[in-house]
Amino acid sequence: MVPYMLLLPQLAIVTIFFLWPAAEAIQSSFYLEDPFGFGSTFVGLDNFTDMLTSTDYGRVARFTAVFTFFVTFLSLGFALLLAVKADKVLRGASTYKTLLMWVYAVAPPVAGLIGVLLFDQHVGPMVDLFAMFGWKMQIGVNYFDTSFAMIVTAVWKQIPVNFIFFLSGLQGISKSVQEAASIDCRSGFRRFWTVTFPLLAPTGFFLLIINITYAFFDTFGIVDVIVKNEPGNNPVTLVYKVYLDGFRGNDLGGSSAQSVILMALVFILTIIQFRLIERRVHYT
Amino acid sequence: MYKLKISDHLILLTGVFFMVAPVVLTFMTSTHDAIAIYKGGVQFLPGDKFLENYETVLFQAGGFTQEVNGFVMLKNSMILGFGFAIGKIVISMLAAYAIVYFRFPFASVCFWIIFATLLLPLEVRILPSYEIVQSLGMVNTYSGLIVPLIASATGTFFFRQFFMSVPDELLEAARIDGAGPWKFFKDILVPLSKTMIAAIFIIMFVFGWNQYLWPTLITTDESLFTLVRGIKQILQVWVGAQIPAFNEAMALAILAMLPPVLIVVIFQSWFVKGLVESDK
Amino acid sequence: MATITLDTVRKVYAGDVEAVKGVSIDIADSEFIVLVGPSGCGKSTLLRMIAGLEDITTGEIKIGDRLVNKVDPADRDIAMVFQNYALYPHMSVYNNLAYGLKNRGMAKEEIDRRVKEAARILEIGDYLERRPRALSGGQRQRVAMGRAIVREPAAFLFDEPLSNLDAKLRVQMRVEIKRLQQSLGTTSVYVTHDQLEAMTLADRLVVLNGGNIEQIGAPIEVYDKPASTFVASFIGSPAMNLLNVKADGDGLSLENGAGLSGSNAKGKDSYIVGIRPEHLQVVDGPSSGDGVNLEVSVDVLEPVGAESFVYASFPDGGPEIVVRVSSHARHEPGEKMHLHADAKDVHFFDSSTGRRID
Repeated sequence: MVPYMLLLPQLAIVTIFFLWPAAEAIQSSFYLEDPFGFGSTFVGLDNFTDMLTSTDYGRVARFTAVFTFFVTFLSLGFALLLAVKADKVLRGASTYKTLLMWVYAVAPPVAGLIGVLLFDQHVGPMVDLFAMFGWKMQIGVNYFDTSFAMIVTAVWKQIPVNFIFFLSGLQGISKSVQEAASIDCRSGFRRFWTVTFPLLAPTGFFLLIINITYAFFDTFGIVDVIVKNEPGNNPVTLVYKVYLDGFRGNDLGGSSAQSVILMALVFILTIIQFRLIERRVHYT
Repeated sequence: MYKLKISDHLILLTGVFFMVAPVVLTFMTSTHDAIAIYKGGVQFLPGDKFLENYETVLFQAGGFTQEVNGFVMLKNSMILGFGFAIGKIVISMLAAYAIVYFRFPFASVCFWIIFATLLLPLEVRILPSYEIVQSLGMVNTYSGLIVPLIASATGTFFFRQFFMSVPDELLEAARIDGAGPWKFFKDILVPLSKTMIAAIFIIMFVFGWNQYLWPTLITTDESLFTLVRGIKQILQVWVGAQIPAFNEAMALAILAMLPPVLIVVIFQSWFVKGLVESDK
Repeated sequence: MATITLDTVRKVYAGDVEAVKGVSIDIADSEFIVLVGPSGCGKSTLLRMIAGLEDITTGEIKIGDRLVNKVDPADRDIAMVFQNYALYPHMSVYNNLAYGLKNRGMAKEEIDRRVKEAARILEIGDYLERRPRALSGGQRQRVAMGRAIVREPAAFLFDEPLSNLDAKLRVQMRVEIKRLQQSLGTTSVYVTHDQLEAMTLADRLVVLNGGNIEQIGAPIEVYDKPASTFVASFIGSPAMNLLNVKADGDGLSLENGAGLSGSNAKGKDSYIVGIRPEHLQVVDGPSSGDGVNLEVSVDVLEPVGAESFVYASFPDGGPEIVVRVSSHARHEPGEKMHLHADAKDVHFFDSSTGRRID
């Protein structure tokens, strides 16, 4: 009996707040809800076909892909650069480390608010800066400009996590391997690409998944704040659209169908992640 | 040894600048009055309205919200942060203990049910979750705010990994020393996990504190607003405002980030350890 | 203090892996028994079944007169010293020793007396307030022993307790364990894969192989009369030379005919002949004395100080031969060497079963 008692709280919460809603989402993705809430009709895969053929959904999906791509690679790239340098320096190493990672604790919507301030049309210094190069930024009005501000903010917010993992990955590479490499190879640059980078690859793959998940889900706050609660024609992510259609548009079936698609996506990502974790264990 | 180069420090300093400057500007802006900001843009130097702005945000209702002041929101954020972190640690330690140290029928079924939650971020199933919480009458309650967030298995996964790294001989030595399951948990496992508990507490506190979407949906009653939830209110007031109150908005932003940032900086080594270990 | 009786004890793991195949041992009161064998021979499983950490598939284990098959480890009146010591890292040395006694509800004064006494015997009194992390390997080892002693158990169980120590400390602790066991007179079962440790500690050795007992006996008995080729090659270092030979009328010869002569004393067609390195004498020329005569060429000379070992081979290949020689002997690689072993020093084993032929 003991193990069941121990598991009971967790299992109860999981069942009520995870399995049940997930089942509901799957179920209602096959139904069309009456707009006045009087009932629903089974419509098969209609919600899915409607969704996948709608131009609006295609636009949002495209933006999400582009957004995810830039956020992932820019934040990984900057973080790797900073981690490699922070791993090298001795003097002030811990100060650098603290200053480069503390942004981890800033909530996405707070980051979004800072983004709103810095990119504000009237008061934002970033707008002034880009204006010097002849770029008149109009956040919230111009689709491209808004996307740009979102990506910059999301990258800023995500660099610390990647930095922490890369740095700990670098510090996990044994000194003797590094010493062996420095005997075998004179060029520091070559040494990085032929020894350090491959040894860091498991961390990198792992972070890739983490970052994709981040760009998809955790950026909700950033997106919501930067579009100032008024999506209009502004770029939004797929998760934002689930929220929008479900809570603003009252399109339960459509929103659920989108949820199911996202679940499938997360499922695939998680499977890949588990595979990578297994491999990472073998590595060490 | 590697040779230290000036360029290494330059790159790091540039990185530090980009990470720190936006928040510094936010803080500077929060110490000016709204009209000065509207006319002169984002402020680079401290102003003389620090006390005034923060006092307004902390203790005066109105402004972005009708009934509550920043102090109440701070209190609610604390409740969410602590409630979430403590609840999560207790529940996931118990579950992980059962999974790692007991052999029982349906063990693997339980395991998979719990770990399936890793597949379903809250954002994906947000609408049905909301409806269920609503049907349970938990909207606008602290439990409705906290409990659904606790369910994800991240903590359980973390403690499972840690428990599995504890040598089996320790359990065997304890068995020979006459410690039953409860005694082993209380006398050996929990004290051994102290650092891990601290690490996961920090991560979970920050995670709970920073929740946005769920509080936005579940708390419509202002007396339950958290600081991060309050950000949403700023936006709604801004739309259509003549001169947006950037100063007070940024003061709220600084308040909202201060506690988690302090915790992460002060307990940096635990936090980093927890973060890196937990995702293995 | 108690006897321990194992009666056809078997351990079958899931998937029909039979780790221990019906082992019976009678351990006398105060006896020091060493279970020795290569990894996977079932020695640890056997020890853990005595401790109660593994279930017994079939068979019976008695400690004293009590059948303990279903008895909880804590109630078997045993103490165990683990390979990695398994000290509680978050407790002071004092609490590590006291924990088991506290759980039994023993009075504080009695606990204190026992811990102090154990600390005195093991000379760990100075670090009773330290955490295990702050101790050296040897000190941790002593604490682990202390935890066993304070229980004043009917039996000590040791699971390779010295294998995490460096060579010098291992020898030192080995002597200490022996001394301690002699003065306390507690029945002890000790598991090791190190044949030297086994030889030096044991009153009786139990050599295990593949879940079966190969031989039980006093160390010198096992050394002098190994019951099988397995025991012969496992006990003693360097290992006994084992040669496949065939009967050649009244004589013996190697399979390929070269370099060996001897008398066929047991009247079979083929044998495995065993000769310990110290029983091979270097002789001046071809010998035809009673026993076994070999002609080999030197490959490598390995001086170890008090003695040297010559690794040699037959002209036409075949097994390598190890010979113990005096440390002052000079042998060059390639040099021809004539060896002789007296008949009394030649062991015969059945070539198909590997069992000793007397």
